[in-house]
Amino acid sequence: MALLRTLLMVLAIAFSATVTRAVLPDEVLEDPVLESRARALSAELRCLVCQNQSIDDSNAELARDLRILVRERLVAGDTNEEVMAFIVSRYGEFVLLKPKFSIQNLALWGTPLVVILAGAGFLLLRGRGARTQPGRLSADEEERLGEILRERDRPN
Amino acid sequence: MVETGHFALVLAFALSLVQFVLPLVGSRTGDARLMATAGPVAATGFAMTAISFAALTAAYVLSDFSVLNVFENSHSQKPLLYKFSGTWGNHEGSMLLWVLILTFFGALVAAFGRNLPATLRANVLSIQGLIGSAFFLFILATSNPFARLNPAPIEGQDLNPVLQDVGLAIHPPLLYLGYVGFSVCFSFAVAALIEGRIDAAWARWVRPWTLAAWVFLTGGIAMGSFWAYYELGWGGFWFWDPVENASFMPWLAGTALLHSAIVMEKRSALKIWTILLAILTFSLSLLGTFLVRSGVLTSVHAFATDPARGVFILAILTLFIGGALALFAWRAQSLAPGGIFHPISREGALVLNNLFLSTAVATVLVGTLYPLALEAVTGEKISVGAPFFDLTFGPLMVPLLIAVPFGPLLAWKRADLWAASQRLALAAGGALVVILFVALFIDRASVFAALGIGLAVWLILGALTDLALKSGIGSVSTSVALRRFAGLPRSAYGTSLAHLGLGLTTLGIVSVTTLQTEHILTMKPGDTVEVAGYQLRFDGLQPFQGQNFTEDRGLFPLLDSDGDVLTTIMSAKRFYPARQMPTTEAGISTRGLSQMYVSLGDPVDGGGIVVRIWWKPFVTLIWLGAVVMMGGGILSLLDRRLRVGAPARRARKTGEATGAAH
Repeated sequence: MALLRTLLMVLAIAFSATVTRAVLPDEVLEDPVLESRARALSAELRCLVCQNQSIDDSNAELARDLRILVRERLVAGDTNEEVMAFIVSRYGEFVLLKPKFSIQNLALWGTPLVVILAGAGFLLLRGRGARTQPGRLSADEEERLGEILRERDRPN
Repeated sequence: MVETGHFALVLAFALSLVQFVLPLVGSRTGDARLMATAGPVAATGFAMTAISFAALTAAYVLSDFSVLNVFENSHSQKPLLYKFSGTWGNHEGSMLLWVLILTFFGALVAAFGRNLPATLRANVLSIQGLIGSAFFLFILATSNPFARLNPAPIEGQDLNPVLQDVGLAIHPPLLYLGYVGFSVCFSFAVAALIEGRIDAAWARWVRPWTLAAWVFLTGGIAMGSFWAYYELGWGGFWFWDPVENASFMPWLAGTALLHSAIVMEKRSALKIWTILLAILTFSLSLLGTFLVRSGVLTSVHAFATDPARGVFILAILTLFIGGALALFAWRAQSLAPGGIFHPISREGALVLNNLFLSTAVATVLVGTLYPLALEAVTGEKISVGAPFFDLTFGPLMVPLLIAVPFGPLLAWKRADLWAASQRLALAAGGALVVILFVALFIDRASVFAALGIGLAVWLILGALTDLALKSGIGSVSTSVALRRFAGLPRSAYGTSLAHLGLGLTTLGIVSVTTLQTEHILTMKPGDTVEVAGYQLRFDGLQPFQGQNFTEDRGLFPLLDSDGDVLTTIMSAKRFYPARQMPTTEAGISTRGLSQMYVSLGDPVDGGGIVVRIWWKPFVTLIWLGAVVMMGGGILSLLDRRLRVGAPARRARKTGEATGAAH
């Protein structure tokens, strides 16, 4: 179902003033180390006017502004964390494609771990139960079995 | 003609109600005549839906703009193929396609289900009828594709240019065949719960439907990914977009179902779990339909402003998921548990598969719905995107993929892990060699790339090892091995092929994400750039007039290191006047299994144009792997044991024979 996505993308393109492609040559930093850090950070920042697209992929003007902002902060000597903190302080947590580890997002980050542990735990317990299940017969069953065997062995 | 279509749709709705009520009453009262109505009613319902769909298609092909839906989504100048596929390139038409496929599957069950016990067949078709009636009512009440427009406009508003592609002709039908195919598994599960009886034969009847739906869904997702790759213009193949996740969740659950049904069929174990999975898989398909069709994804507010459709689908969703789960909770205990097995066994491996796949489903589900839930509850807006899924879904897949080659080598009931490991030594050795090779000799390769590629090679060699062992290559003479190889049951090939395809797809994904190179630059005519050992020259822009668009074509001759022209890549910027909308057409050249991907940007002052060029190593394997997986599924489907419509007794006999062989 790439349909809806493409539809929305087209809308985003239509609303942005000009059609540009993501990262433009004039944005690229001279220092390859800084540039690769900028690309990595861009991939984790949401283009605010797009549908679930990072600023690294987006064509929107706003995404370009944000990409340039990230690079300016990096050139100014910020660490990756400082850049992200700066952008979040300006645009809110919505801008992060990878939500923070926080109480609010506990259920989000915790689900995979809880599900797999609960599943494994359930299987372990059940496995132990299943192995002990076909255990000894109860007294009643022993008696009934004895009766059947005696019945069979009785000479006619 | 349009009114005929509308009328046929209403008839189909009425028939689906009949299909729901009569067979169910028949099966509860033991009335064979009532139960026997299910088949003919299902077939007629399909015929009515087909007439309705044909009427809408005809309106599109003939450009009948007196139909609102056609006016909004078509144009007289549009190429014929897109007039056809435009039928389902919109909400109303796609829902009509949905019910067409639903009734198609109902008719198939009626036609091929003659060997089913009468009550089971009646109950299955009755549940299909219930699903059908809900969706027919949805279309008739909120999404009528046959609404007229008076006076009729002279020209239509055209189909969104991005959708004017072969992809639209293939992707939605395949996807819906998958989504809706799982409705048959759902109906079988609910029917089994109603009857309170379930056995290995049930699993054998359900497996072909699961396999077929899975094959279609695999194809649909792969096609969607490929379409996005070449159409959207930056060469991404998967975006963890909610809409993609909506199709991926039923796939993951369906894959789990496919595997758990094997355990149930062969060993009568995991009955309750398999029933639950069958219910969940179709529930996830319904959830996908809801997410895509209600507009809830765009924003919670968009959903609230025009809630008619969303609320309707939500009601359908609640009815079916809630109803089925309630029935499950009520009746599941009455299903007798099956065979016992040791944790180290084929069953154990398949349970492990199910554990990881289920966790993966839960992860994708929470990641997709969490932002919506959080915003609805606290008003806080957060984003959950690719980096989240890479960090959670990725690590979940690694242990699963490592375990895959072991699965088919383990014996049922109790297996020897050490013996299986010894048999896989060659595959492991091969993977290690590849890891070292990539780490030492390939430029820019990180440890991550080396390990990822090693994992893919492990999967591929593991799948081949399975086939080699089953045919006895290495332990018996070549001629005997060849004869055995040719005589293997198709399901054995199916398993190996599907796992091989998984390995190929993994190889493609890892290669592209870790080893692709990117060049962003401004080029003037005559400029040359070196990419991955090739020379790419820009020869300038050429205007071109298409049937319903104009475009500027950038010509890029691709030269090898000797300076010989291998091919000319054409990358274009299109403009569709009807919608006043620009699109980009990426230029792609396939070199072996890899691709050169060229995308045009804007002209810059001073005569150049922005060009983005990617070298995408092994990228085609992502989709070729999916095709191989589909091939595995189809082969498995053709296995005599599962052949749809094969007489039950014979099917059971061969089933036992293969079961005993293991």
